[in-house]
Amino acid sequence: MSETGQQLRNKDIVGIKDLSCEEIELILNTAVGFRDVLRRDIKKVPTLRGKTVVNLFFEPSTRTRTSFELAAKRLSTDVINFSVSASSVVKGESLIDTAMTIQALGADVVIIRHSSSGVPHLLAKHLNASVINAGDGINEHPTQALLDAFTIMEKNGRIKGLRIAIVGDILHSRVAKSNIYCLRALGAEVRLIGPPTLIPEGLIDPDIEIFHNMEEGLRGIDVVMMLRIQMERQDRGFFPTTDEYFRLWGLTLERLALARPGAMVMHPGPMNRGIEIVSEVADSPQSVILEQVTNGIAVRMAVLYLLSGRRG
Amino acid sequence: MMGKSLNLIIRNGHIIDPSQGIDGKGDLLVEEGKIKELSLDSSLGTQYDSTHEIIDAGGLYVLPGLVDMHVHLREPGFEYKETIKTGTMAAVRGGFTSVCCMPNTKPVNDNETVTEFILRKAYAEGACYVYTIGAITKGQKGEELAEMGMMREAGCVAFSDDGYPVMNSLLMRRALEYSKVFGVTIISHAEDLNLSSCGVMNEGTLSLMLGLRGIPAEAEVIAIKRDIELAALTGGRLHIAHVSTAGGVRAIREARKDGLEVTAETCPHYFTLTEEAVMDYNTNAKVNPPLRTDRDVEAIKEGLSDGTIDVIATDHAPHHMDEKLCEFDRAAPGISGLETALPLCLGLVEEGVLSMSELVRKMALNPAGILGMEKGSLKKDSTADIVLVDSHREFTVDSGEFVSMGKNTPFEGRQLKGGPVAVICKGRIYNMDNGILRDIQSFI
Repeated sequence: MSETGQQLRNKDIVGIKDLSCEEIELILNTAVGFRDVLRRDIKKVPTLRGKTVVNLFFEPSTRTRTSFELAAKRLSTDVINFSVSASSVVKGESLIDTAMTIQALGADVVIIRHSSSGVPHLLAKHLNASVINAGDGINEHPTQALLDAFTIMEKNGRIKGLRIAIVGDILHSRVAKSNIYCLRALGAEVRLIGPPTLIPEGLIDPDIEIFHNMEEGLRGIDVVMMLRIQMERQDRGFFPTTDEYFRLWGLTLERLALARPGAMVMHPGPMNRGIEIVSEVADSPQSVILEQVTNGIAVRMAVLYLLSGRRG
Repeated sequence: MMGKSLNLIIRNGHIIDPSQGIDGKGDLLVEEGKIKELSLDSSLGTQYDSTHEIIDAGGLYVLPGLVDMHVHLREPGFEYKETIKTGTMAAVRGGFTSVCCMPNTKPVNDNETVTEFILRKAYAEGACYVYTIGAITKGQKGEELAEMGMMREAGCVAFSDDGYPVMNSLLMRRALEYSKVFGVTIISHAEDLNLSSCGVMNEGTLSLMLGLRGIPAEAEVIAIKRDIELAALTGGRLHIAHVSTAGGVRAIREARKDGLEVTAETCPHYFTLTEEAVMDYNTNAKVNPPLRTDRDVEAIKEGLSDGTIDVIATDHAPHHMDEKLCEFDRAAPGISGLETALPLCLGLVEEGVLSMSELVRKMALNPAGILGMEKGSLKKDSTADIVLVDSHREFTVDSGEFVSMGKNTPFEGRQLKGGPVAVICKGRIYNMDNGILRDIQSFI
């Protein structure tokens, strides 16, 4: 799919911040070919037959795991799901032991999700296999950002110069962080909207505009990217109630009308309808939420392909 | 165990002893394990040479044995991390002849039985002298006062819940008041736990970038300010452990200006490293309080230079490799610091932050003074605790050479300069060759 013979520099994808703009573009371009494969009757190619991919998930996940699993299957790899519950961590097997066990089983690619930031980086150092970060703590979720960029590119034909608002819990969102790195690398104008408790103003690149008022922030933007609000944030006092959150930062049709006409609405899922987004918006023609899911498979195929290809 | 007694002459060294205002070339005479005479005109060398061991200290500093008022020896309970034996050997290798161990053992040193156990074990197995710091509260839980009086009688030189703050302000007030009976110091681990929340590194752009939860500097500054107020209220003796922030230094400086008798310590990592050391999720740079910013490092140096910070301690916190080779969030905080402290501190002298004499004050005389220990001096009749330091020898830090069981250092591979070549302590002479302990001559 990458006819140019271009390659990724590293054996792993642990974060967008470690990728160059060229590498991001290589992945996105490679994904175009796989999206076409997914549109065929027979959605499977023999490209990576004989390779073994392991989904190593230390955090419950259905969507991301399924997406990676399907991507791996579409490339004809053997894919194994290895879910490690918190209880087996308590039982005492260390992270490194688990990872080494998986390597010993013959994995070529290990896809990892973990609630602690930096775990994919640690495993990447210790494993010969390629490591793909499927979300680490509050750090990064690189393939989500790549599929988001792919979706924006597909719909708008470009990313450079677009005004993109990310709304919600920036502080704890690995999706937001990967997206900020990715969209800025591709030349978008990124702005953040949400309460100051969830957008640590002093810590963010001063070039990024921050809005605490939803209406002001949405005015004239091309893309609005909503983040899932985690209920536990309310318990820890980042905002008083989800009702108040909805009142101030929920995406409604009225608010969406402030954006550029036809502006794209995105959400990484799963959505809290009625908290960060209303159904009328989520299900509107402006919403690309389901396209994001479909594109996720193509982008993940591209990543698997490029990493496996790299290893010869 | 009867042998010859420790009689020796250390000749031609550059003797520095701030307790007597001495800073110059001279000879030191030790007899029966005690300092007998100190001469700056090199007249001793010819008088006694037949019956005395002679050490030529030409080109070396001759200093009082260093005193580390903040170490974790891990025994009892965590012998897989460190023992009294290995921890004190590490101390000696680092030039320390006395260490004060914090109470966060298992069981916690919150009663005289544990205190006696540690002291007895240290007397028998310790390569250097060990003093104990008892817990302020039972089990270090911050709920009720521990038996300070009984621990004091058993030998504790200070009290601290180090590792945890005493979050309850009323209880801290009581501790500062009650400790006045014994005239001992309360050592504060200054941290507002609500503010530090579940943070694992300094809060800042970098923590956001790494996706690690941050601990703001204010978590330390607010706690220091509270304890300063409580010390002023009660008249208790307060010492602030491991100061890491510019705001902390400022608060202590202000308090001193107002006439409060508060003392403070920092650690080599706080004036050497910044938060950048945790890049790439390096768990060996995870420490509490966390490594801060350039601005804080500069403020710590200023605080050392202007005397706001009285003491450099190591906060030696050895851990097993399994406790560092894991998720950053789960990794145990702490640095194995005894064997790198002196060279890092000599860096301050080289930089012009401190004079050699001021350094010796902060690493020997002051901690001893704060805790009322008769240490840190080369005065006549004091125990011969002496360290000979070569300030020129360059080496690369290799944790594989550590005698501490804790190999957890963020300084691995770093080029450093200077270190002890011989340590005289507990009636023994420990000779070091290129930083490796070569032989031990025993005179007890």
